[in-house]
Amino acid sequence: MPVYLDHAATTPVFPDVAAAMSAQRDRVGNASSLHTAGRAARRVVEESRERLAGVLGARPSEVVFTSGGTESDNLAVAGVYRARRDADPRRRRLLVSAIEHHAVLDCVQALVDREGAEVDWLPCDAEGIVQVADVRAAIAEDPQSVALVSVMWANNEVGTVQDVAAIAAEAHAHGIPMHTDAVQAVGHLPVDFLASGVDLLTLTGHKVGGPIGSGALLVRREQDVVPLVYGGGQERQIRSGTLDTVGILGLSLAVEASVGMLPVEGPRLCRLRDDLIEGAMGLGYDIRPGGVWRPGDWASRSAGNAHLLVPGCEGDSLLYLLDAAGVECSTGSACQAGVPQPSHVLLAMGLSEREARGALRLTLGHTSTGADVEAVLAALPAALDRARRAAGVA
Amino acid sequence: MRVVAAMSGGVDSAVAAARLIDAGHEVVGVHLALSEDARAVREKARGCCTLEDSADARRVADRLGIPFYVWDLSARFRTEVVEDFVAEYAAGRTPNPCLRCNERIKFAALLDKAVALGFDAVGTGHYAQVVEGPNGRELHRAVDAAKDQSYVLGVLDAGQLAGAFFPLGGSTKAQVREEAAARGFAVARKPDSHDICFIPDGDTRGWLAGRLGSRPGVVVDESCAVVGSHGGAYGYTVGQRKGLALPRPAADGLPRYVQSVDVATNTVVVAPGELLGVDVIEGEHLRWCGRPPTGATRVEAQVRAHGEGLPGVATVLGAAVGQTVQVHLDASVRGVAPGQSVVLYDGTRVVGSATITATGRRSRA
Repeated sequence: MPVYLDHAATTPVFPDVAAAMSAQRDRVGNASSLHTAGRAARRVVEESRERLAGVLGARPSEVVFTSGGTESDNLAVAGVYRARRDADPRRRRLLVSAIEHHAVLDCVQALVDREGAEVDWLPCDAEGIVQVADVRAAIAEDPQSVALVSVMWANNEVGTVQDVAAIAAEAHAHGIPMHTDAVQAVGHLPVDFLASGVDLLTLTGHKVGGPIGSGALLVRREQDVVPLVYGGGQERQIRSGTLDTVGILGLSLAVEASVGMLPVEGPRLCRLRDDLIEGAMGLGYDIRPGGVWRPGDWASRSAGNAHLLVPGCEGDSLLYLLDAAGVECSTGSACQAGVPQPSHVLLAMGLSEREARGALRLTLGHTSTGADVEAVLAALPAALDRARRAAGVA
Repeated sequence: MRVVAAMSGGVDSAVAAARLIDAGHEVVGVHLALSEDARAVREKARGCCTLEDSADARRVADRLGIPFYVWDLSARFRTEVVEDFVAEYAAGRTPNPCLRCNERIKFAALLDKAVALGFDAVGTGHYAQVVEGPNGRELHRAVDAAKDQSYVLGVLDAGQLAGAFFPLGGSTKAQVREEAAARGFAVARKPDSHDICFIPDGDTRGWLAGRLGSRPGVVVDESCAVVGSHGGAYGYTVGQRKGLALPRPAADGLPRYVQSVDVATNTVVVAPGELLGVDVIEGEHLRWCGRPPTGATRVEAQVRAHGEGLPGVATVLGAAVGQTVQVHLDASVRGVAPGQSVVLYDGTRVVGSATITATGRRSRA
C-alpha cells in the first residue's frame, strides 16, 4: 500500500459518511418538489444545513451550498465585488493576500482584467503571515474605494494560519466586508463563523472526509451577493440549481465528524507533523519547513501540514522518486500543463525562484499514522540524493 | 531496464512506449514541455507540445498503466535550440533544429536527467534501428525508407546511443498506425506533425522577421546585377526558388534559385539551377557514432532530412581538436546550404555527422 501524504489535496471519505450517502442516493426526490419525496429530500438538506451551521457557529440561513471551494471563492469575490460596485461605483478596490489559492487569485485577476476592479495584493512576511498593519495601511489609503478584503484562514501550501478576526475588525471599522477561504481550516482548526467576524467563509467537503463536488459559502444574512448562475432561485436566490441532497448530506456529516474529532485529532496530527519535520531536518540535507513552525503548536500552522524546503532539488523530481518509492505527496504549487510552477506563496514569502522549486508538501490526515511518517523518512534520503544529481545535470 | 519513454502525444511515441513495456522494461512516460507558452490546441498538423498533445500522451500512459510526468525543459530548449536557430539564420546559415534538439535535449538534457533519477535509457518513437555490432551499438536506417529518421539522430555519439531505444525502426508507419488502433489508442489516427515545432504556422521567414527585424537589401544575379529586393537576407536558404518575387524573368527564361546568402552585405545571390550543383562539402562539429573513419572512406552522404544517401568519399582532416571533414560526391547535388548537417552512412549504418561549413565544385559538371 502506498503511503498517502497528500491530504491537503483530498482526503479519504469517512466510511460512515460514504454509507449515509449511499443510502440517500437510493432515494428519489428533488428538494424543491412539493410532494412527499420532495419534502423528504428537503428535510435532509435542511437538517444538513442546520448540522453544518451548528458546528461552525453560523445560522442555518447563512449557509449557501455550492459545488465546492472554487465556486464558493468565486461567488464570494465576484459576487461581493459586483454588488458593492453596483451600489457605489467608487468601490472597485480589492484587498487580497498574495498567498491566496488560485480560486481567489485568478478570480480577482479576471475582475481586474474585465470588470474594472483594482487590486492591492497584501504581502506576507517570511513566515507566511499577513500582517494586520499592512491590511490597515492598505484600507487607510482610501477606505471608500474598497469593495472587499479577502484573506485565507489557513494556507493550502505551507499551512500558515492568518489572524482573520483581527483583519475582519479592521475591515469592519470602515464598513468593508471580509471574505476568508477556510477550505484548509474547517475541520483542521477551531472555526467559529460568528466569533471570527468575517462576512463570507468558503469551505469544501473533500478536505474533511466528505465528497468531492460539495461545498458551501457561509454568507452573513445582510451581505449582498450577485449570483454567478441564475435559475430556480435556490439558496436565497444566490445559487440556483437543483440541490445535491446526497452531496450536501455527505458534506455536513463530514464537517460535523471532523470538527468533533478535532480536540483529539489536532494534537495527534500535530505530533506526527512535528516528527516528520524534525525527522526530515535531521537527515542532513539542510531541509527546513516552509512557513511558520513551532513544535507542538497548531494554532499558527495547520496540524497536518509538513511543508519542506529542500535546497538543490527540484520538487518535481522528488515527487517522481517518492511516488516510485510508494510515497504520494505534492510540491504544493499549481501546475501548468503538468509542470509545477514556482509557488507564488513561497515567492511572496521572499524565496527565490530557485529555492521555491525545491519544495515538497507532505500533508497528514485522518488515516495517517506514525508508520507513514517512518516510511517517508526512510524513503527520503535515496530520493534526495537522486534529485540532487538530477538537478545538477538538467 | 528502467526506461523513460519520451511521449510527444503522437502515435509513434505511443506505440514505442507500448513496445518498450512488451519488451519487459520498466517504463515511465515523460512528456517534454518545450514551449514556455504552450498553446491550448494544435493547429492542424503543425507544431507539437500543446496542452492537447500533453493530454493525449497522458491518456496513452494511463491506458498502458504506466506512471506519467511532464518534465519542463523549456528553458534549455529555448537557449539550446530556439536561440541557436535564430543565431544560425542571422549568420546566413540554415540550421536543422530537430538534430539540435536530439543532440542537446532528448539525448542530453532528458537522458542525463533520466540517468540521474535512476533510469538506464530513453526510448522515443523515432524511425531508426539500433544494432549490436562488433564494436558496440550501431545506428542504422529504419526499415521504412519513407519514414527513416536516422538523419536527425546522426548527431548521437556512442555514449548517447547506449542510452537510446528506438522500438519502431523495424516497422512501417502503416504498421505502427494499425498497431495503435489495435491497442485502442485514441491517437491512432492523429495526423503526423510536420515543420518546426516552435513555428506553429510554418512561416519560418515571418517568424524570423519578428525576431531579427526587417533588413531590406538586394537580390543580385551571378554577374552581380541587381535583379530584385528582399526584407532580410537571413530569411533565404540556398536552393530556394519560392518566395524570391523577382520582378522580371531572367533573360534565358529559366527559373532562378538562391545560390548563396551573404548576411554581412545583406545580399542574396541567385543563379540558374545548373550553377547550383556542388560536389564538395566541407563540415565541422564532427560527431562519430562508433569508430571514426581513417583515410579516404567510401560513404553515402545525406544532406537533408528527407533526402537520400549520395555516394562519395569522405576524408577527415586535421588533428583531434577542430577536425573537419571533406566529402567528395560522385555526382553534384543542388541546394546544399551551410548550417545543414551532412550525415555519413556506410550502407544502412550511420557513421557520423558534421555541420556543413562550405560547398564547392571540383570541376564543371
